[in-house]
Amino acid sequence: MPARIEIKYIIPDARAAVKKKQFENLGFKGKIRSVRIRDCYTIDANISAGEVRKAAQVLANPLMEKALAGNCEMPQKFDWAVEIGFLPGVTDNVGNTAKETIEDLLKKKFKSGEGVYSSLVFFVEEKLSKKDIQKIADSLYNPLIQRAKIKSYAEYKKDKGMGIVVPKVKLDASFLIKEVDLNISDEELALLGKKGIENSDGTRRGPLALDLDYLYAIRNYFNNLGRKPTDIELESIAQTWSEHCKHTIFADPMDEIKDGLFRGYIKAATEKIRKKKGGKDFCVSVFTDNSGAIEFDRDYLVTHKAETHNSPSALDPFGGAITGIVGVNRDTIGFGLGAKPIVNIYGYCFADPEEKRSLYRDAERKQKMLSPKRIMEGVIQGVNVGGNCSGIPTSQGFVFFDERYRGKPLVFVGTVGLIPRKIQGRDSHNKKAQPGDLVVMIGGRVGRDGIHGATFSSEAMDSGSPATAVQIGDPITQKKLSDSVVKEARDLGLYNSITDNGAGGLSCSVAEMAKECGGCAVQLDKVPLKYPGLEPWEIWISESQERMTLAIPEKKWKEFRNLMEKRGVEATVIGKFTDSGKCVVKSKGKTIMDVDMDFLHDGLPEKKIKTKKIAMRHQEPPYEPKKDWTKTVVEMLRRLNISGYDFISRQYDHEVQGTSVIKPIQGRGRINADVAVVKPVLHSDRGIALSFGINPSYSDIDTYHMASSAIDSAIRAAVSGGADISRLALLDNFCWCSSNEPEKLYQLKQAVKACYDCAVSFGTPFISGKDSMFNDFKGFDDQGHPIKISVPPTLLISAIGIIPDVYKAVSIEPKFPGDLAYILGETNDELGASEYFSMISQKERKDYLGNKVPRVDAAKNKKIYEDFYECAQQEIISSSISVGRGGLAVALMKMAMAGQLGMDISLENIPGSAESDGEVLFSESQGRILATVAPKNRENFEKIMARNKPVLIGKITRGENIRIKNKTGESIVNLGVSKALKAYKEKFKNF
Amino acid sequence: MKRKMPKALVFSGYGLNCEEETKFAFEKAGARADIVHINDLIENKKRLRDYQILAFPGGFSYGDDTGSGKAYANKARNHLWEELERFVGEDKLAIGICNGFQIITNLGLLPGALTFNDSARYLDRWVDIKIEGKSPWLEGIRTLMIPIAHGEGKYYADKRTLADLKRKKLVAAKYIRGEICRYQNLEANPNGSLEDIAGVLGCEGRVLGMMPHPERAMFFHQLPHWPYLKEKYMREGKPVPKDGPGIKIFQNAVKYFK
Repeated sequence: MPARIEIKYIIPDARAAVKKKQFENLGFKGKIRSVRIRDCYTIDANISAGEVRKAAQVLANPLMEKALAGNCEMPQKFDWAVEIGFLPGVTDNVGNTAKETIEDLLKKKFKSGEGVYSSLVFFVEEKLSKKDIQKIADSLYNPLIQRAKIKSYAEYKKDKGMGIVVPKVKLDASFLIKEVDLNISDEELALLGKKGIENSDGTRRGPLALDLDYLYAIRNYFNNLGRKPTDIELESIAQTWSEHCKHTIFADPMDEIKDGLFRGYIKAATEKIRKKKGGKDFCVSVFTDNSGAIEFDRDYLVTHKAETHNSPSALDPFGGAITGIVGVNRDTIGFGLGAKPIVNIYGYCFADPEEKRSLYRDAERKQKMLSPKRIMEGVIQGVNVGGNCSGIPTSQGFVFFDERYRGKPLVFVGTVGLIPRKIQGRDSHNKKAQPGDLVVMIGGRVGRDGIHGATFSSEAMDSGSPATAVQIGDPITQKKLSDSVVKEARDLGLYNSITDNGAGGLSCSVAEMAKECGGCAVQLDKVPLKYPGLEPWEIWISESQERMTLAIPEKKWKEFRNLMEKRGVEATVIGKFTDSGKCVVKSKGKTIMDVDMDFLHDGLPEKKIKTKKIAMRHQEPPYEPKKDWTKTVVEMLRRLNISGYDFISRQYDHEVQGTSVIKPIQGRGRINADVAVVKPVLHSDRGIALSFGINPSYSDIDTYHMASSAIDSAIRAAVSGGADISRLALLDNFCWCSSNEPEKLYQLKQAVKACYDCAVSFGTPFISGKDSMFNDFKGFDDQGHPIKISVPPTLLISAIGIIPDVYKAVSIEPKFPGDLAYILGETNDELGASEYFSMISQKERKDYLGNKVPRVDAAKNKKIYEDFYECAQQEIISSSISVGRGGLAVALMKMAMAGQLGMDISLENIPGSAESDGEVLFSESQGRILATVAPKNRENFEKIMARNKPVLIGKITRGENIRIKNKTGESIVNLGVSKALKAYKEKFKNF
Repeated sequence: MKRKMPKALVFSGYGLNCEEETKFAFEKAGARADIVHINDLIENKKRLRDYQILAFPGGFSYGDDTGSGKAYANKARNHLWEELERFVGEDKLAIGICNGFQIITNLGLLPGALTFNDSARYLDRWVDIKIEGKSPWLEGIRTLMIPIAHGEGKYYADKRTLADLKRKKLVAAKYIRGEICRYQNLEANPNGSLEDIAGVLGCEGRVLGMMPHPERAMFFHQLPHWPYLKEKYMREGKPVPKDGPGIKIFQNAVKYFK
């Protein structure tokens, strides 16, 4: 008989107080008398009543809590009780910790199938209707992963509590290996590719995402072997060939680019830059491993990698985001012989959180999409828990808003790693599984979660999107794994190779590593499972989190196993690496998969991608004749895309590891900056700068310039913080939409071409990248009409650069009155797709996109950036900021707000083609940096900067006011710093 | 007992995560320090006798599941209680920082408890603290600029305990409005701690528990306003320091054994 322990708070509970406020915000202002929360544990194990009581005592801190076990104690006053628990099979971290605590206390191990399940009960005091309490319950749970149970006071009293629910997984595996006939009509074949293998009951297993060309190739291969593929073989090939894993759109030839976009542009740029740098090449590992790596100093490499986790975050924002961040950490742990994660970065593209429109995944309007606010809050919280629990500082990030992220949000997550260059005399970035090595899986166990993640994200999202694609991360299981690998096993030389279990699970990680030696043979029965009853193909492709695969020489296995056991990490031998040229999988003594490595990895037919040029003209807004622009500047500061988001930065630990230098929020005004600096090695003053560039709005005019701007923005931000442009590398993350449409592919081609042109001009190589090509939502509006929402073509460029001495890093806040303000770079008539135009369009309900999108002159900007670095090295720059979204006006305001100082600015001599006040204030021309310099450094600064024609535009003042004069010397802005700051912090003050 | 270079044991495992920088801080201050996984100590309990300083560093042991510090404290109580009791009974020093503080209050080594911040949300920021009690750890320190990062850092104790703490001068430090709060325009008390308590003492001041992280304030570059201070010092012709204010706590610990 399962037992239940309830923990009640005997002192004021802040969680309950905050929940009360949140419930009131659902439309019950002032109507909720009280909220109380109990933490509940349901123990499904063979333990005595006495043992349950003993367990209850250690689950409560007697100074704050009281443990209730056995008998039901009614709370004093309440009208409704709402219990939220997990659905069967969903990761329950709290339940798992309670189980470990109880096992350790009672000194006995739970048997297989026994467990502890956590839940929360909310007691709400107020006479609400059933409908109203349902509304409150809805705000507390996500039906894809959780359950809610509601009881009235009377029901609770009658039933003596909430009752006991044991969310135990019950599955019946048939263990039947199904052979799949591919010699069927094209129509049936297409259905197989789109909806998956048919079960015996007629349902289908979920998308293989294989199109006809691929299915023909698979059919030919098996026809030549004279047999049909098994289900697991087909699933495995589908995973390996998925867009998510093979990136075929970037790999296949496109129009005249025979090598395809990746080899022809991205990789070609890096190769060209490295060749040109010759002895000064700082790249060490590019594109081949889980992350890219550059030299940090003589002893260390730094690695970097950014990923997206968009589709899962749309369905379960918390789970999607936490799995994303913890997953990209494994791209660091899985780099070379294992790098230590040292910094997390994030980037979110959301719809306006105030947007109220309802969307559904199905025509019957039963599967409602979460609101933008729920998505935003869940995603932010997911990265909060994932990063904070892992002890990795989240040093940098951004949010960007556009209504087209309403269907699918974009959730970028990245991790920087640190690894000694040599480990036991070996180059740490090289690894190779050897024939005869054991295939070892470590970390979490395998469940049904995350099945079809790789193939699912290669498709647009619709009502068929499987909920099994949702997972919840368990950062502590991974932290134990990470520490024991990168802080211990690695340096003992206990393994030959390591990789992450990400998309495609074992099917991808084992097959990928098997390439290093030429084959593998896996015994699926050995794989430890979360619960019994999984079919072999499910075990093979499940993406259950927190797992890595290692190649371990047989003679090192015992030592490795003992170490893992002492660190509380499960490690299991599941097979052997071979040189047979085949990927072989066995279950219950039978061979269920036997595919040539060559076919598995390289058998997918090349496709010729054709694109179609598009050209667009857009409406220009009318000229705004205005004498005083102060009000407009204030309005700009209140824009979603300009506003401060320090509520995110403050809830992400950015101090852990003791490495922070330039923090995510800067100056007296706590202003979000575009660059962060960290000092990753405690005994060295050398640092790294991290920055980003993202300008999806410009895609609406021209994706070439969108991409150039993203690259220039990322580099410029890093440089403004003091980074050396000659030691700066880039990551590319493309998030496209409808990538089967030739027009969208043309836009892609233009963007990638810009990446090549810009990177080569700047001499900044790409070292790693990732793409996500189908960020489209196909669903229904509240009338049941079909609706498609596609994200704007989005490219995130992340930069990582070296700063030889972190004490020479530059922050954004002006420090002293009397300092001189300079502008570097030209301000041109480039308001196309700017934040300013977007504001006018929104106000006038028009679509004033404009046409003059910012263009990048990389050769010219590079000179500015090189000279800027020289000034930073000579410590003559007191503060600086990269001019970005919102233009010069916003950059000036951010500086003044950060320093809490006034400014007297005259734009009379400002260089560039911008003429009107609007253009000068808000043009988003690239290549511009604002800097302040102490008067005594004026001469030196102007001398070093001479070839870039720096223009002195004014000075920092002691006063409160920011005053700006236009090109003809008239005063156009006069704004108090405190008023500006209020506007800047307005939007998210309640978040 | 006292000798020139004390040895510090820094706990690790199960999601503690500040062990490396805490070890570095002790070494920077002149101690020898080892990171020891709790399971290794359980396996060889006598090892603890080699050390003069014991540190429970910050982190997220067991992900704060079932309540911050609780699960790790239960594990320590089940396996190491006698050794820990003996250690703090001797003329030795112990510190619990952040999650470490939560662990040692759960163990009952220090009075009171840590509960959810009033905002019920994790918060990373800098604070100013004023040193109140008498302790070898805090010798010669009046105020400190130092960061916090926690979700459950509100100090709670019943009225009697609070009165007792005050009478025995066992309040280590209180949040105040000082240089940092003025610089960033922040309120003094970041989490709603009763009587603004940021840390408490036990065993005649030899055991210190605090929510703020001194190891995250051991370098000058960790201060949120170091670029401003650097510029100020440079213009005044003064040298730019490399140490941060937090290192004093570790130096005090080393000094105690000299």
